[in-house]
Amino acid sequence: MSPSRGAAAVKVSEAVPVFAALGDATRLSLLGRLSANGPLSITRLSEGTGVTRQAITRHLYALGDAGLVRNARRGRERVWDLDLKRLEKARQYLDQISAQWDEAAERLRSFVEDD
Amino acid sequence: MAVQAQKGQDTLSTDRIEKRVDLRATRSRVWRAITTAEEFGTWFRMKLDGEFAEGATIRGRITHPGYEHVTVDLLVERIEPERYFSYRWHPYAIDASVDYSAEPTTLVEFILEETEDGTAVTIVESGFDRIPLGRRSEAFRMNDQGWGGQIKNLERYVS
Repeated sequence: MSPSRGAAAVKVSEAVPVFAALGDATRLSLLGRLSANGPLSITRLSEGTGVTRQAITRHLYALGDAGLVRNARRGRERVWDLDLKRLEKARQYLDQISAQWDEAAERLRSFVEDD
Repeated sequence: MAVQAQKGQDTLSTDRIEKRVDLRATRSRVWRAITTAEEFGTWFRMKLDGEFAEGATIRGRITHPGYEHVTVDLLVERIEPERYFSYRWHPYAIDASVDYSAEPTTLVEFILEETEDGTAVTIVESGFDRIPLGRRSEAFRMNDQGWGGQIKNLERYVS
């Protein structure tokens, strides 16, 4: 792991497509559903969403371009799932909060030791 | 840094963060620094609008430069004098345009123990696995390195 701090270690060029892909409520909810129940077909993913299959397909390809999901053939249908390797980057969220706690703990130290 | 500080815990866990810090100060001094709203606010860089009490919800305003627009609600869970203090909040809820209130909270715990030289404080924040994945990924664009805002503009432009 990089010794530098949290998300600051993410290369901007690498992260931009991820930001773009996540900047949409439908795409965020697709990620959520795949996270909970994936892999799922487009038919299953569009159920109960009020969004057309065509729109879902377009969103899935946008997520795919950002490396967040991928698809595979399962029997006669194509199913979509999270690309876990890429999503492990979400782990950096925790690293970032962790770094903030490190800083807060050091400020607590200065606060009580400098009395 | 972050990674080293987590030594000794299950590094594969995505649900909790645990820190231990040894302080050269008495337990009562540390307890006061953690559980007095004004003192907590000083080192945490948050201005709190009330005192900590079990069951109380305290609103805090971040005083850290660049985050002054952020308010955070702390829901105090348990206070065991000089030993244990816990509250819930929404982690990293720094986007003022998002209503986080319906989302799951994380639990923050401070555990104090006396040591030979003073006091050991263990800080645990847990419950991250219940935070929506999209929200966790969102943290990419919310670091404090200065380019977060610009990336957000770029995002609007490219999506």
